[in-house]
Amino acid sequence: MKLNTLRRHFRESLKSLGRNGWMTFASISAVTVTLLLVGVFLVIMLNIQHITKQIERDVEIRVHVDLSATEADKDALRAKLEALSGVEKVTYSSKDEELQKLIESFGEDGKSFRLFEQDNPLSDVFIVKAKNPLDTEKIAKQIEPLPSVGKVKYGKGQIEKLFAATKTIRNVGLALIIGLLFTAMFLISNTIKITIFARRREIEIMRLVGATNGFIRWPFFLEGLWLGIFGSIIPIAIVLSAYSYVFDLLYPKLKDTFFQLLPFYPFAWQLAAVLVLLGACIGMWGSMMSVRRFLKV
Amino acid sequence: MIEMQDVYKTYPNGVIALNGISVRIKQGEFVYVVGPSGAGKSTFIKMMYREEKPTSGKIMINGVNLANIKDSKVPLLRRNIGIVFQDFKLLPKLTVYENVAFALEVIEESPKNIRKRVMEVLDLVRLKHKARFYPDELSGGEQQRVSIARSIVNNPSIVIADEPTGNLDPDTSWEIMDIFERINDRGTTIVMATHNREIVNTIRKRVIAIERGKIARDEVKGEYGYET
Repeated sequence: MKLNTLRRHFRESLKSLGRNGWMTFASISAVTVTLLLVGVFLVIMLNIQHITKQIERDVEIRVHVDLSATEADKDALRAKLEALSGVEKVTYSSKDEELQKLIESFGEDGKSFRLFEQDNPLSDVFIVKAKNPLDTEKIAKQIEPLPSVGKVKYGKGQIEKLFAATKTIRNVGLALIIGLLFTAMFLISNTIKITIFARRREIEIMRLVGATNGFIRWPFFLEGLWLGIFGSIIPIAIVLSAYSYVFDLLYPKLKDTFFQLLPFYPFAWQLAAVLVLLGACIGMWGSMMSVRRFLKV
Repeated sequence: MIEMQDVYKTYPNGVIALNGISVRIKQGEFVYVVGPSGAGKSTFIKMMYREEKPTSGKIMINGVNLANIKDSKVPLLRRNIGIVFQDFKLLPKLTVYENVAFALEVIEESPKNIRKRVMEVLDLVRLKHKARFYPDELSGGEQQRVSIARSIVNNPSIVIADEPTGNLDPDTSWEIMDIFERINDRGTTIVMATHNREIVNTIRKRVIAIERGKIARDEVKGEYGYET
């Protein structure tokens, strides 16, 4: 396509936005509301995903070695653990180290545990990490019958609950987002339909003098694009400033917990890009739907 | 060159518009299409620029069978055919110049050529001095001349006119006919559906009369032949 033609299409599409002021406003508002909700859901969902990942990373199996086990037994057990499929890493932590960790974890109050340094009641521990956190339970079951194994501990039940919860949130969010996107698309397609109707004489003449369907379609296509892109500006501004505010508010409080939020950059740029892209897509799709019906192509 | 062979057209509602039409129109001919309202004149005309497809039969225009071409090729066909209507079909928000240029813009002609061609055809229809006017500032005859200018601006080999003088007073109609004759003199085929007995009987040309979907009469330098 020639540059002049493209310029002409741009001009026509912008003119049409102005001519159909109220419909343009309505469509942009629809996109704005939609993308605002989509943006909020996206922020929540992506953060939950992020937190889940961190928790998953901390999921580990603690294999307590039987008190009667000799050094040779321990070595044999270690070899067996490492040989299990799906195991990423096996770390050994002697009972003295375990006690030290326990004392540290209680801070000042931990000093009273010092008493046990003489006669340590804890057992040696192998810490097993699964490659895929979801396999944790399966691996734990395999470890239980091995010789020299005392107790096998992992966050039984909790992991599953966490996974189930995140899955529900994700599905509900996705369903809502899709529903909203469709609503916005239909509104845009209606706006374009009205602009086409207003210009049907022009289209009729275009067809008579030999304009291709592609040529006729371009301005409407661009018009949909504008509606989508303009509609994404406010949601991006609101979602990002709100996220920046919440992030600054929560960051100091969550600093030492599992619950780390996604850092503002580059998340902000990614989110903005996704919202603009979504706006552009629903705009273009909405306009294509109505143009197709009108041009009988 | 336009050639129709056994063309039939039945509309989806069951109306038979054309009932076996075979006709040849050579390049450079001037043809009137006459006949009572509802006899199939409009359908006959619409077939030539493929606004309607025949139910069966062949329609050859410059060697291409319109019954076979894809919808996507219709624009290319129309670039070689100028079409003039009774109601002018001008865009009210564009000037005379812009209305004519529109036909070249949509086929992506270069701006330099557009200016040159538009001024040429406006000169031909004697409206150069009104290039900056809007359609509603012109008389009916002038508006029809703009639409003729638009139809010939891309140098079509055929101009199809569907009752071009239908909305005009007699004096103006003669002006329009004068322009059509001049376009015809340059070698352009003209097919004109009309109800204007006086014109047909004065400016004698080939007359094709269509009645009940068939060609009832086809005479060189014929007459209108109907009571008005």
